[in-house]
Amino acid sequence: MTHIHNLLAATLMAGMIAAVPAAAQSAVPEIPFDSVANALQLPTGLYLGEVGGVATNSRGDIFVYTRTGHPTITIGTARPFAHGGSRLFQFDRTGKYVREIGKDTYAFMVAAQVRVDPADNLWVVDEMSNMVIKFDPQGRVAMLLGRKAEAENVPSGAGRGGGRGGVNDGSGPQTDLFSRPTDVAWDAVGNIFVADGMGNARIAKFDKEGKFVKSWGKRGTGNGEFANVRSIAVDGQGNIYAADGGNKRLQVFDNDGNFKTAFTNVGNAQAVCLTKGATPGLFVSNSNPLNDIDTGGEIYKMSLDGTIKGKFGRAGKLLKEFGTVNAIDCRNENSLYVGELGNLRVQKLVMH
Amino acid sequence: MKRVFTTSLPWTAMALAILAATPALAQRKATIENVPEIAFTSVPNFLKLPAGEYLGESVAVATNSKGHTFVFHRSANTRLFEFDQAGTFVKEIGAGYLGFEFAHSVRVDKDDNIWTVDEGTNMVTKFSPEGKLLMVLGHRPLAVLGALAAPPGPNPPAEKYTFCRPTDVGWDPQGNIFVSDGYCNNRVMKYDKNGRFLAQAGSEKAGTALGEFNLPHGLQVDGQGNVWVADRSNFRYQVLDNNLKPIREITNLGVGWTACISAGPHQYAFLSNSNPNGNVPGSWAITGEIYKTELDGTVLGKFGHPGKLAPGFQVVHMMDCRNPNQIITGEIESWRVQKLMLQPMAAKAATR
Repeated sequence: MTHIHNLLAATLMAGMIAAVPAAAQSAVPEIPFDSVANALQLPTGLYLGEVGGVATNSRGDIFVYTRTGHPTITIGTARPFAHGGSRLFQFDRTGKYVREIGKDTYAFMVAAQVRVDPADNLWVVDEMSNMVIKFDPQGRVAMLLGRKAEAENVPSGAGRGGGRGGVNDGSGPQTDLFSRPTDVAWDAVGNIFVADGMGNARIAKFDKEGKFVKSWGKRGTGNGEFANVRSIAVDGQGNIYAADGGNKRLQVFDNDGNFKTAFTNVGNAQAVCLTKGATPGLFVSNSNPLNDIDTGGEIYKMSLDGTIKGKFGRAGKLLKEFGTVNAIDCRNENSLYVGELGNLRVQKLVMH
Repeated sequence: MKRVFTTSLPWTAMALAILAATPALAQRKATIENVPEIAFTSVPNFLKLPAGEYLGESVAVATNSKGHTFVFHRSANTRLFEFDQAGTFVKEIGAGYLGFEFAHSVRVDKDDNIWTVDEGTNMVTKFSPEGKLLMVLGHRPLAVLGALAAPPGPNPPAEKYTFCRPTDVGWDPQGNIFVSDGYCNNRVMKYDKNGRFLAQAGSEKAGTALGEFNLPHGLQVDGQGNVWVADRSNFRYQVLDNNLKPIREITNLGVGWTACISAGPHQYAFLSNSNPNGNVPGSWAITGEIYKTELDGTVLGKFGHPGKLAPGFQVVHMMDCRNPNQIITGEIESWRVQKLMLQPMAAKAATR
């Protein structure tokens, strides 16, 4: 990053902050909305856990990647092996349960996110196996990025024999070894961008065949640095919007990872969604911490230049309240699906 | 033994950091030159899994005399699947079996018995062709001892009937059993057909002399009863006689990941310089190919390159070469088994 570029960016940022004061959220209009009760109908005996991801495909099917339990460890062996912990469920557009995808696959441990690409492939990101799994629309494994550690340290710590390839500054290795990745997105030509994430603090770019291209970012507070990368979205021009929640901002990069600007008016940005249509915009969640429902929790609607259009909701446990939103699906920008870690649920929101 | 990493400086520090924990990532460019390329095609959708079933890390694959394919793979739990000649799923063998924890090898003997090698339970198991338990070598650490951390310091003295992360199994024409053992021991064992100890080469200690090993990772026995060992961390293959006395080494084919010897009167060896786990930068350019050789070591040709999508390889961990023109590969990082149809090649062989 050049000094001149920094100055330019700072100037841009100052302009935006002036337009939308970060701390003066009371000026932001409230967007009226409702939450549809019992939007997802689970079969008897099936429970959602913490919802890492929720996404819809072009037919309106709903996919939920959820932390249904904790991974189990096998004892009595020189290396503790970890098994399971998360599941991927499919519902139809009416919310009726359809099926489970990826049952007992190797990589489902701690659900981070699920996204659907323009060809209706499902992409699952797992924060503990450090893997990104692409399923074709039939639910078959189509491509894998990253590798699960062969064994886990007990008590916690980096596993051995794969994965966790990060270096201390969060910039990560120049390959697909992730450290607590959180999200995945694609540009118009199919390049793959992985938010990596909570262990590393970088964004990794791959071509559509999964070949590593580059990564950028490291742990820090400067432009192009991250406290963590919680979520990403890519617009039609290939710009990347990265939720840097720990630094209370959304950073914007061009397709090669050059810093363009940052939006500092969205609080603890943890989940982002880019709307479709002629004038796309963003939904960004100022997610409350898991241990506090008296702070934040609202979701912002903003244009791609960072202008806030409105906000809705707050932290809490009732319908229309949010418990640490980790995923937003905005295929239809007037009918959102929101996945919550704290409330173990998916809400369907109708925007008025 | 020199550990030469033919790599550029910027990623070397990162690679060494990973290698410190996982020497499995070591790679080496083969020094042999002017090896003819063998053209091949990968059969699309070779194995057809039932809806809802998945392969995990497909570390082991073998066929029986009827053309059935066995895949021993790491899903959430390690599992053994059988497929028929057409690639249609037949059944699962050993679901819930004590000896399955972390798959490493499956081989089929001349009587179509199925042998599994599991490096999580330290057990080698002989199943009948129908999947009935016939014999075990080794034993699993006691669960009442708790989750045993890998002990620091040198390996304890190796015992005759206790393995430490064994890797592979083979048989000579008389039915004697050979086991490569393994990730923590560094030895090759010979047992009679009833599992009684006969001989050992190497020890718990790694070494570089002929007859010593550093991670003996794959093993096959040819029709003369000679034992081929993929001596992975020594970047070579060793050929031992039937009493485990070393005959020669092969040092020009890269890392020495796994070996396969074809059936029939004229046997060929297939030796894989597999790309290392983690897709470390630069590795795709210098590793990944499989060599076809005569048993005297004459290299006939090579095929294959790394890649996320078929026919690329993502760490070939094992090959079946019952028919030397149809190679079946099991890969780690793609959760994939490929059937490769090799095209006839020109007669000219490469120089050794």
